[in-house]
Amino acid sequence: MTQKAPIMRVKDVTREYITGGGLFSKSKSLMALKGINFDLIEGETLAIVGESGCGKSTLARILTMIDAPTDGVLEIEGRQVDISKKRPDADLRSKIQIVFQNPYGSLNPRQKVGDVLEEPLIINTNMGTDERRRLAFAMLEKVGLKPEHYGRYPHMFSGGQRQRIAIARSLMLRPKLLVLDEPVSALDLSVQAQILNLLADLQDEFKLTYIFISHDLSVVRYIADRVMVMYFGEIVEFGAKDDVFDNPQHDYTKTLFAATPKSDVESIRARVEARAAAN
Amino acid sequence: MSLLEIRNLSVEFDTAAGPFKALKGVDYSVDAGEVLAIVGESGSGKSVAMLSMMGLLPDTATVTADVMKFDGLDLQSMTKKQRRQVIGKDISMIFQEPMASLNPCFSVGFQIGEALKTHLGLSAKQCRSRTIELLHSVGITDAEDRLAVFPHQMSGGQCQRVMIAMAIACKPRLLIADEPTTALDVTIQKQILDLLMSLQNEYEMGLIIITHDMGVVAETADRVVVQYAGVQMEEALVLDLFENPKHAYTKALLSALPENAKGDRLPTVADFAKELSEAGVILEGAQS
Repeated sequence: MTQKAPIMRVKDVTREYITGGGLFSKSKSLMALKGINFDLIEGETLAIVGESGCGKSTLARILTMIDAPTDGVLEIEGRQVDISKKRPDADLRSKIQIVFQNPYGSLNPRQKVGDVLEEPLIINTNMGTDERRRLAFAMLEKVGLKPEHYGRYPHMFSGGQRQRIAIARSLMLRPKLLVLDEPVSALDLSVQAQILNLLADLQDEFKLTYIFISHDLSVVRYIADRVMVMYFGEIVEFGAKDDVFDNPQHDYTKTLFAATPKSDVESIRARVEARAAAN
Repeated sequence: MSLLEIRNLSVEFDTAAGPFKALKGVDYSVDAGEVLAIVGESGSGKSVAMLSMMGLLPDTATVTADVMKFDGLDLQSMTKKQRRQVIGKDISMIFQEPMASLNPCFSVGFQIGEALKTHLGLSAKQCRSRTIELLHSVGITDAEDRLAVFPHQMSGGQCQRVMIAMAIACKPRLLIADEPTTALDVTIQKQILDLLMSLQNEYEMGLIIITHDMGVVAETADRVVVQYAGVQMEEALVLDLFENPKHAYTKALLSALPENAKGDRLPTVADFAKELSEAGVILEGAQS
């Protein structure tokens, strides 16, 4: 895996947000990303971990070409991309897609599932109606939904099913890289397991590279190949999953591990005994 | 005698599609100083149970129970006025989304003071000093300056602390926390859970934590009730539950935890459909 060329290269990417600056107040600037560097290898799952406000979602917006970086270089398959100068073309758009956190907010309530799935094709390809329809039906089946779901509206689905729809939409253009922004954090435990299994199946089938953004370390440990820990706009730790989990270097990573609930029997026994002793 | 005792509680909602049974005869009991966790997926009726006890359900709900007693008082036969004197004072609740459950139009100090004024009849001056005390006890350091702050000016974790301050304002004997940390980061979650546990210990409150997160259960509970589709699946001490789950549904739920994953695939609850149907549980909207 290490011999492969990186599918994406990020060099010194920064992002500054200017807030305020009305008639009487001075504007303030906030560095959401302070120089991010990494290479993404084809076929891997890179997890980005960090607390809210650390810049993970800003990074996701830059990687998916929704937002332009203030400074720095984004290279996709060796090709330098700068969306502040030139809008990404259909070919580039088709390479990277995103699945958002909240399946209740990311689907248009007035759009039928079929239209949700076909919209990326209408915008980015010259495909005919029949062909689009055929692909939409095929994709519904791939993500574990049924053909009769084609004509239904998002409110008729449960959270897990909606996330399946969002995943299906992101795969319609056959992307190489999928950015998953907290895809399971709004879901129940057993539904979370189903979606994680689905993501693993799809990764095999479509040879996908994943960027998996999460703050749930137990999920990250399950799904990731490499882990990147972010803290206040910087990468504080980056490495293979086992290295990061077994031997965290940075204080913030250690804090993060210490804060994660422990649900193994020994930890519970220790806690119950400590509590009994205190009373 | 237990602090809260509920037996055979059923809740039915009138809907356009006919009656819907959200709870089908569940029992709960909590002792003073005990932490009970109610675990279940969405739709299992865990929040409905507590809301029905507090009398906070809409008019379309029909609540029936054989016994519903708090500290010897029968909650069912009380008038609304009597119930209001207990609720908010002796029983209080923390809701899921701190940002959404605080009133955006009033300052934090006002919202905490409201409970003190209503239930304890404190004067404005006493209210202020007690509010500052409360904010300190939930770990907000610059409490004097925080009184005039509005909810949107604070982070989610800070809002949740304010919610907790409000809930413990009248030293309740029973505190119900409905998904207290779901919207929060792990590091903040840890702080909030530690805070809840230390307050619980200090006031010797009964604490009911409603959650779908097995990690939260493992970190806090003494006893656990597992619920699915309005039916109680299992009740056990926390250690017994994790070490030796009795019910097929509990086993399924525990095996779906990513940290328990063996091999490449996570087992889902649907994979246990056969064991579950043998145990008399029919999965809703079963899908692989």
